[in-house]
Amino acid sequence: MTEFDQLYREVILDHYKNPRGHGLLDAPDGVAEGQNPLCGDEITVSVRFDGDVIADVGFEGRGCAISQAATSMLTELVVGRNADEVARMPKEELLEEIGIPLSPVRLKCAILGFGTLKVALHKSKGTPLPDEWDTGDDLTIT
Amino acid sequence: MAVTATQKLDVERIRADFPYLEQLQDGKQVAFLDSAASTQKPRQVLDAMTQFYETSYANVHRGVYRLAERATEELEAAREKVRALLNASSAREVIFVRNATEAINAVAYSWGLNELGPGDLVLVTELEHHSNFVPWQYIANRTGASFRMLPLDEHGELRMDLLDEVAGGDTVKVVAAGLTSNSLGTNNPVEQLAAWAHERGAIVVGDAAQAAPHRALDVQTLGCDFLAVSGHKMCGPSGAGVLWGRGELLEQMEPFLLGGHMIRAVGDEETTWGALPHKFEAGTAPMAEAVGFGAAIDYLNGVGFDAIEQHEHQLVAYALDALGELPWVTTYGPPAGRRAGIISFNVDEIHPHDVAQILDMDAVAIRAGHHCCQPLMRKLGVVATNRASFYLYTTIEEIDRLVAGLHRARQVFA
Repeated sequence: MTEFDQLYREVILDHYKNPRGHGLLDAPDGVAEGQNPLCGDEITVSVRFDGDVIADVGFEGRGCAISQAATSMLTELVVGRNADEVARMPKEELLEEIGIPLSPVRLKCAILGFGTLKVALHKSKGTPLPDEWDTGDDLTIT
Repeated sequence: MAVTATQKLDVERIRADFPYLEQLQDGKQVAFLDSAASTQKPRQVLDAMTQFYETSYANVHRGVYRLAERATEELEAAREKVRALLNASSAREVIFVRNATEAINAVAYSWGLNELGPGDLVLVTELEHHSNFVPWQYIANRTGASFRMLPLDEHGELRMDLLDEVAGGDTVKVVAAGLTSNSLGTNNPVEQLAAWAHERGAIVVGDAAQAAPHRALDVQTLGCDFLAVSGHKMCGPSGAGVLWGRGELLEQMEPFLLGGHMIRAVGDEETTWGALPHKFEAGTAPMAEAVGFGAAIDYLNGVGFDAIEQHEHQLVAYALDALGELPWVTTYGPPAGRRAGIISFNVDEIHPHDVAQILDMDAVAIRAGHHCCQPLMRKLGVVATNRASFYLYTTIEEIDRLVAGLHRARQVFA
């Protein structure tokens, strides 16, 4: 398999074209917005809990295939898990799921939704803030 | 119309001078379509810098030994080449800086901080690169001056008819405009802007980062009072650019950076400044970089700016036609006749990052992003564009590879 085929492999394109967890939740417990001003990627993530467990995640956004597909994959990865556990989840777990080699620039695309979810968890549950992007000051999350 | 015999550019001969073409990416030469960001370097420039380091290297100006004398001669020879390039009246008006951004900051701080105040207006354009936008916005905010943009029309050209309206009741003090837009390639009517500005007693700060590489400039007729040039965008090394300014203005200005070399005498309480250009060249100059910049000017003069301009015009006309045939591609900016070799475009439904990444798989290098022009992106209603930009080493075949790559991107996302 060439690098090219890997980067836009079927599963990425599938998540991009048919995003899971797409659309913001009604009456969410937490919401955060993330932006990468370098390329204009935007993601809003909403989350709802059942106790401390993430019951549902919904997102809206626009951006490149990597950022949108990664956020779609993320929603499948975190539903049913404890908020505190997801807040401490290393980015490698998501990157493994994405499963393609990413350059430093594209890495920021891939973790935008992940960081935004962590901020939403922080705002609603007081979990630690994300420290995923030591070099990624470009991302703005509120 | 006078017909001038122009030497036609021999692109294959030129490409033989550029070492970047010797390495292959997946078995292919890189189709480097990002020259507006920075150009590749011919061997002549690299050799000139190596030779300088090997035979003439020492710190310039104050050395009394022969090596330092040679280094000084080489630096000053490079300054003279820039003077001739811009047709400046004196080499003392040519100040070596790192790049066009630093040149503009020098003017904004040294001139703007002292000359601007409430009721004054700094006028920039909606097309500006952040380098000729952010320093003025900042200094205007610091001094209480107004800061406004001259808007664009739907072709990405300046609304010259709105100049008086935008100025309003303020005293126009600075008009800061790029000669050529780095995003759309628009060649702005700077002479006309300058005439309007000078009628009002304003100074004109021209950002020539995208113009100087592509056409011969003459500061005697351009109408600018300051001009910023980046050597790395015209085959020179990174780290050497030039601020040109009218001698009488530079004389009156306070220095920007302070320290070694720029002084006349340092007292315990106060310091007096050195003569031009040294007053604006604190610290050790980018010596080898300036020598490389000089070699780049020699190289471009050898090819001929008329030939370069003509070559780029052919490329941009061809590329605009080719992209125009794709109904799923939107191009921005004016027709080929009024632009440099730069095209911003978007592909329906595919983010520029994805387009650029897929093109890279075919060893086609373009830029994707806001191109340091966020105000312009807002005007266009997009967050980012793809940008292909051409230079003297670009071929028609590379534009065909760009178009083929766009078809491939469409297939991937179909």
